[in-house]
Amino acid sequence: MIKKAKVINDFSITIATVNGSGSQTANTTLMRALFKMGIPVSGKNIFPSNIQGLPTWYTIRVNKDGFTARKDEHEIVVCMNPTTFAEDLAKVLPGGAFYYADHIKFPIKRDDISIYPIPVKELVKNADVSPALKDYIANMVYVGVLTKMLNIDIKQIETALDFHFKGKPKPIESNMSMVNASIEWAEKNLNKTDPFQVEKLNKNEGLIMADGSTAAALGAIYGGVQFTPATSLAENLNEYLHQLRKDKDGKNTFAVVQAEDELAAIGMAVGAGWAGLRSMTSTSGPGLSLMTEFAGLAYFAEIPVVIWDVQRIGPSTGLPTRTSQGDLTFTAFMGHGDTQHVILLPGSVNECFQFGNSAFDIAEQLQCPVFVLSDLDLGMNQWMAESFQYPDKPMNRGKVLWEEDLEKIKGDWGRYRDVDGDGIPYRTVMGNQHPRSGYFARGTGHTEMARYSEDSKNWESNMDRLRVKYDSARSHVPSPIIDNSNKSEIGLVSFGSNDAAIVEARYLLEKEGIRTDYMRLRAIPFNGDVRNFIENYKRIYVIEANHDGQMNQLLTLEMPEEAKKFRSLALDNGLPLSARWIVENIQELEVN
Amino acid sequence: MITTIGNSNSIGLQKGDYKGQPTSLCQGCGHNSISNQIISACYELGIVPEKIVKFSGIGCSSKSPAYFLERSFGFNSLHGRMAPLATGAIFADSSLRALGVSGDGDTASIGMSGFKHMVRRNAPMLYIVENNGVYGLTKGQFSATAEVGLTLKHQGTNPYMPVDICMEALISNATFVARSFAGDAKQVKELIKAGLTHDGIAVVDIISPCVTFNNQENAFHSYTWGKDHEAPLHEISYVPKLDEIMLEDDFLPGTINEVCMHDGSSIVLKKLEKDYDPTDRWQAIRMLEEAQENNWLITGLIYINCDSDNFLKQHNLPKKPLNRLIEEELRPSKDSLKKINDSMF
Repeated sequence: MIKKAKVINDFSITIATVNGSGSQTANTTLMRALFKMGIPVSGKNIFPSNIQGLPTWYTIRVNKDGFTARKDEHEIVVCMNPTTFAEDLAKVLPGGAFYYADHIKFPIKRDDISIYPIPVKELVKNADVSPALKDYIANMVYVGVLTKMLNIDIKQIETALDFHFKGKPKPIESNMSMVNASIEWAEKNLNKTDPFQVEKLNKNEGLIMADGSTAAALGAIYGGVQFTPATSLAENLNEYLHQLRKDKDGKNTFAVVQAEDELAAIGMAVGAGWAGLRSMTSTSGPGLSLMTEFAGLAYFAEIPVVIWDVQRIGPSTGLPTRTSQGDLTFTAFMGHGDTQHVILLPGSVNECFQFGNSAFDIAEQLQCPVFVLSDLDLGMNQWMAESFQYPDKPMNRGKVLWEEDLEKIKGDWGRYRDVDGDGIPYRTVMGNQHPRSGYFARGTGHTEMARYSEDSKNWESNMDRLRVKYDSARSHVPSPIIDNSNKSEIGLVSFGSNDAAIVEARYLLEKEGIRTDYMRLRAIPFNGDVRNFIENYKRIYVIEANHDGQMNQLLTLEMPEEAKKFRSLALDNGLPLSARWIVENIQELEVN
Repeated sequence: MITTIGNSNSIGLQKGDYKGQPTSLCQGCGHNSISNQIISACYELGIVPEKIVKFSGIGCSSKSPAYFLERSFGFNSLHGRMAPLATGAIFADSSLRALGVSGDGDTASIGMSGFKHMVRRNAPMLYIVENNGVYGLTKGQFSATAEVGLTLKHQGTNPYMPVDICMEALISNATFVARSFAGDAKQVKELIKAGLTHDGIAVVDIISPCVTFNNQENAFHSYTWGKDHEAPLHEISYVPKLDEIMLEDDFLPGTINEVCMHDGSSIVLKKLEKDYDPTDRWQAIRMLEEAQENNWLITGLIYINCDSDNFLKQHNLPKKPLNRLIEEELRPSKDSLKKINDSMF
């Protein structure tokens, strides 16, 4: 046992449990209590594709400096699952702490860590709660023990439980009694030999905790979403829609329909978008593949619709509960023929809210599908975030002609005519009563008057206009976030949920003498800022969480003359990227 | 019908206001005569063309909405996906009447799932299936509605039992199921009128011979077979509610069964030999089974139920069309977001 000085507010806790054992309540309670103590914190749920029985891990990281990316190192491990015991024990860093339920009887041959057996079964047996509830509160034992051993504020544990159970006294009381009994037991029976503990800070003022999918749903509601097929992202929508979107007569200004499958979901969303509703759907994995044919139709028939893809590992069913950024190139060209889509890449919970709203403006202005690529880490884990900001711009419904508009131009319009030179035509929507308003939308070749045409000139000029429109999209999508303050030779390029790991990696690299600048991409197509950034650096590291380096591929296609300086750092292991992995790879490549 | 005044209808429009582009389908195609009956039905009902929205999938039948009601909005969507696309679109303005035209491949093969789900939701749309038993546009392969044993020149003999679209609709709890034959112009028109007025899904399966690929005399979907084997359930007249109910001479008291439509108008059925009650679902299913055994082409209104709520009504929508709501009606207040932020942990 190596004695170390106290380590305050800087470590990771990994909790190993059995899926379906109710550990989510315990884990989020711990994380929330730490958050309310003012300590920067994050929680990553590494869970199996299973309802009950397979191993699951939850990692909580506290860091006084605000670095909350997932760490590869585990200072504290709590093991409640016999099947992963050996693996979990081996994970603990030297000098770390290992807590385990003492009914798990395996030999422990480590003397470089602190070992804390906990009589979970006995504590639960003696708990003062009804037998029916005992199974549900077993995980509160480690909450109590960690509260004592790490010096967590018990009042904040209660605050977290109160929030979780929406103020219902009974479950709060029974969970708290288990926590308190465990604290008491730990006080009497455990002798702390590890250095890790927490102390109150004041770093979370004005922040909230939320997941990206809830933020996206709320953003969409404030963006005026009117139609969506039901999905798990839309579960959040449904909850808030009924609260926020009734008119003065109590009528719904929205509709949510339970679709039978992804084909129907995207079909309904495209139908609603065509008909003039702010329409969105969400999916992940093979669900996105199923939406391909409609994506092509919506691109070609020029229909606004928003598609949220919460990315997870593929191809095929892949690892359905593990995070990834592997849908990028597929989405960029989704559909047969020459198809190029607009993609937004939110990098935080707040951007999920912001893009939840602005994606509708972009889709309606450009009259095309807009894909928003979130991922499982961003969408489903809890993150610290700023309070959601009310949209600062009025809605932009794009070029829609109603009766009075058609009257003014004496009905002289063509659905696919480029009047303004930006490739974006004017549209009308069903219900318009002007006799010249109607047209027959289709995925087949058409003239600028929307008439069927197999004429190659019509075809080519239409495709040329779509190309102009795609170029116009560059000025409608969000610009990258650039930090070039280091005036380095090295530019890091990334996107999405990798941000936390990159921010930390830059800090660590700088300590090692490697200064970097950083561009976080937020959309495809790329605009001029992207090219300017890339042109300014000798070496560009494109960092992403997929196997083939898909952003690197897209950037290479966009600016082949710059491709020599691209170095692809791609990792696809189902886990959010860690700063250490980035640092080690850059160090290695910088030497060579 | 009696709604016409001179060369214009009750709302002062002429028949030309309901026309479409010239057809590109084969001469003699049953689909063309159905298009004509859609024009006549809408003209006679005095529906404003802008109050209709047309949908279709992919195939010969799905091209046809270009050939009628040119002033109406329409969407020629994807193969087999008319149903979900229409399901999303109809929320935008529920004052419009949806009219869908699909084919047997589009509905009973690739689109079976969407078809049945739209039916079970009772989404308000007249869902016409122009049923010819073949994939005409791709040179006449058997579709799912082709009868077992049918032999076609290039395809050989069909080994599988056919899908009966009316039966599929019925067992999915459709609230309006009818079948007709493209050669029976009057019946087609009356059923279209009734279907356009029905407040829910109205499935009308119209046997529509493919003159090019499936018109052998012995084939179920041919003109000759259809004419010889058609067994109308009843003669039908559709009577809009605004008009005096006028019966034709041969509608004698005691042989008339008047079915009330949701909007107060009525459909009048003339019974033949049987005392057929189209509001009895069990009888409708039994009758379709018997027809199959006896090789009858049963036409007419097979089933109707005016008591179910349509899909849109379950969504508590405002009177103002959703697609005309403005920012003030769609974006919740600043104050509400403060409350949301306060409610987060």
